[in-house]
Amino acid sequence: MARYAIEVNGTQRTVEVDGDTPLLWVLRDTLGLTGTKFGCGEGLCGACTVHIDRKAEKSCSVPIEKAAGKSITTIEGLAANKNNPIFKIWIEREVSQCGYCQPGQIMTLAAMLNQNAKPSPQQIAETMNGVLCRCGTYQRIREAIETIVREG
Amino acid sequence: MAERIKHTRREFIRIFSVGGSGLILASYVPLRGFIQKKGDTPKVFAPNVFIRIESSGLVTVIVPRSELGQGVFTSLTMLVAEELEVDWEKIKVENAFSDKRFGDQNTGGSTSIRRSWEPLRVVGATAKTMLITAAAARWKITPSDCSAEMGVVVNKISGTKLPYGELVEDASKLPVPTSVKLKDPKDYKIIGKKIHRLDTPGKLYGEALFGIDHTLPGMRFATISHIPTFGGGIKSFDATRTKALNGVLDATAISTGVAVIAESTWLAFMGKGLLSVNWEPGPNANVSSESIRNSMSAKLREPGEMLTRIGTSAMPQKNETVIEAVYETPFLAHAAMEPMNCLAHFKDGKVELWAPTQNPQAAQTAVARALRLKEEDVTVYVTFSGGGFGRRGDVDYAVEAAELSKHAGKPIKLTWTREEDTRHDFYRPPSIHQLKGTLNEHGKPASLRHHVITPSIEEFKSQTKLDPAHYDFKGGAIEREYQIPFMELTGSIVTTPVPLGYWRSVYRSQNPFALESFVDEMALAARKDAFEFRRDMLPEKSRLLNVLTIAAQKSDWYAALSKGHGRGIACASAYDSYCAFVAEITLDRKDNLKVDRYVCAIDCGLVVNPDTVEAQMQSCIAFALSAALKQRITVRNGGVSEGNFDSYPILTYEEMPKVEVHIVQNTLPVGGIGELGIGVTAPALCNAIYSATGKRVRTLPVDLTQVN
Ligand code: FES
Ligand code: FES
Repeated sequence: MARYAIEVNGTQRTVEVDGDTPLLWVLRDTLGLTGTKFGCGEGLCGACTVHIDRKAEKSCSVPIEKAAGKSITTIEGLAANKNNPIFKIWIEREVSQCGYCQPGQIMTLAAMLNQNAKPSPQQIAETMNGVLCRCGTYQRIREAIETIVREG
Repeated sequence: MAERIKHTRREFIRIFSVGGSGLILASYVPLRGFIQKKGDTPKVFAPNVFIRIESSGLVTVIVPRSELGQGVFTSLTMLVAEELEVDWEKIKVENAFSDKRFGDQNTGGSTSIRRSWEPLRVVGATAKTMLITAAAARWKITPSDCSAEMGVVVNKISGTKLPYGELVEDASKLPVPTSVKLKDPKDYKIIGKKIHRLDTPGKLYGEALFGIDHTLPGMRFATISHIPTFGGGIKSFDATRTKALNGVLDATAISTGVAVIAESTWLAFMGKGLLSVNWEPGPNANVSSESIRNSMSAKLREPGEMLTRIGTSAMPQKNETVIEAVYETPFLAHAAMEPMNCLAHFKDGKVELWAPTQNPQAAQTAVARALRLKEEDVTVYVTFSGGGFGRRGDVDYAVEAAELSKHAGKPIKLTWTREEDTRHDFYRPPSIHQLKGTLNEHGKPASLRHHVITPSIEEFKSQTKLDPAHYDFKGGAIEREYQIPFMELTGSIVTTPVPLGYWRSVYRSQNPFALESFVDEMALAARKDAFEFRRDMLPEKSRLLNVLTIAAQKSDWYAALSKGHGRGIACASAYDSYCAFVAEITLDRKDNLKVDRYVCAIDCGLVVNPDTVEAQMQSCIAFALSAALKQRITVRNGGVSEGNFDSYPILTYEEMPKVEVHIVQNTLPVGGIGELGIGVTAPALCNAIYSATGKRVRTLPVDLTQVN
């Protein structure tokens, strides 16, 4: 056990856990931020995606010792601004079904758009392929992203 | 106050679903006819278990079915709200808990809307009628001189208005009417509209709680290493290394495996990895997919039990054409995105559970039985579920969590790993289909025989031999709408120790694949176009013919195809709905398959929420394509081999075809939409593959290297 300092959604937090504890479980079990979801634990589904220093990362595959000292944004942090066009279009287009994968979809997309507001369909596909949706909301995700990219 | 409760408790409402299965859906006794909490407010009017109206005007609807992504949290509320005449924007919705007064709460079989259609509108209309009666009494006019809209009762004579909240107390004292008038569909303000899902924003913001997100003070985290072979056991286990891990609190054997309890889910997972268990392999250690397949194949030589016969069999004709083929499908897992989990709190001989379940009443019964409690001492609160697809109708995870909480004396949050979720599912049974069709000398279909060989889910669940009259795998094996002079369905059951369960559309996932692929084979033998061949078998006024024609038209069925492109059609009727899909695919020179587009035509009667119908068509296609293109559960040494999404993959963003949905508008009885599209997705796909390549896929998942 060791102490790790991380900045989560703009707030400094200190946690006392084993260094190999994945950030996912620190967020969910230690800090009670359950918006970040567990799907596979192996970096295969993207449900656990958060931003670490503004980049999308699968939090199940990032041990806390690697996240220490970094700035982390979770879906709760992104949702501090409900006017974020992603939320608005996601609701308008009724993208979500069960909703379980959606925080991961949204965090992945938000990070991509931060780096490149006009990604090509190819870039979008490469990025979004990393987030699985068992309900099959992909078509509406695609349409929603196209709208965001078009309307910038 | 006590007196008032007594008064309302005398009232009974019984609500029957009209023309349905005679199912009683509503409360016999009002939950709380009138409640007064501490202080004077809020007062609550609750004429039945589904509705609460507070004196503040707040209307709460409790949805009796589980929200799994199919949208019932919203669509069932729409049914109540339509008749209740309330401001849609101000409704609060809650998930239900296990309680017989809700009627059957099992969310499955595409029944949520169909079975709630009548009762939930009656529930809304009942409350509205009582509020109107209360207002009329206040104004000293007759109820017919009042109307209700947007949460207020209007005095049609004077124009005066009274909000529902102000009528709560008076309405609570009224007897609950035994019959109410329902609205004419032409007056609907909510039903039939594209209504936004009420549960979505909270889910997007990370605020809504799925089962896995629920917590309790003092809660501990647990996971399970399940007995790896079906019917196996635990000889002994050594948890020394597990317990040496800082933060692991306990390791204990329960009915289904060895559980680890820890201070976080991660520590429980780590502790599980350090267990050393001497498993008892049990009697099934030699069972494999191959051995099961062999016993299924052996049945090909037997006639099978006669299950359905339509028309009379004629002697073989001169010049008739005989077509025969054998189709095959594998075991499948559900792979809901949220792994199995449950929060349980055992305290003072009672258990409360927060469970992402499709069947809270079954969970209640199973937990009571396992812990030897009375059912009323077990309460199951339904949470949002990250997908269900039939998996959450089985309730093993709830029993495990309850057992563990009792053992630990603390609230326990049980979470399975993804691998455990895949390996300890209740699987979609595999199947072999033997089809034989004949065409008369004019190329017209004369007969169709379908022999289905499969393990039976019902037989597994009941652990008793089924009488052929109750064989459970008939659905979708024969399309009764087809006017073929003679149709026959026979069936053979193969027994396996593999746990079986309901997988979205149940046997309507395998049977239509075989049937609708084979219909194309018959069309080919008849030298007919696949759409026209079906069209000519359907009666003129048939709703199936209508959707078939729409799908063909909207897909531009006759447009020329360039090399490597293919188009395939399939149709089916079930759940009081009708659908036809056209699939379009591309194959490159290396046989890499891309599914480009699906055009869907659906007739599900009166549409409650058109946006949800479209979403469910997309969802069915994604779900069924995952299976058709990628998924297979392999049984080896009496257990399942596949584990995480690398070995049991699901469709990705890029692989999702463009889906176009055309909904037939009518006011016929409402049909189900969450499952019907599953069965037609694979045959439309395989028919398209044939049209592009001349390769007939008869085994799923599609593997073109295995087809000539
Ligand atoms: S839970 Fe992290 S990628 Fe699946
Ligand atoms: S919305 Fe259910 S998994 Fe994506």
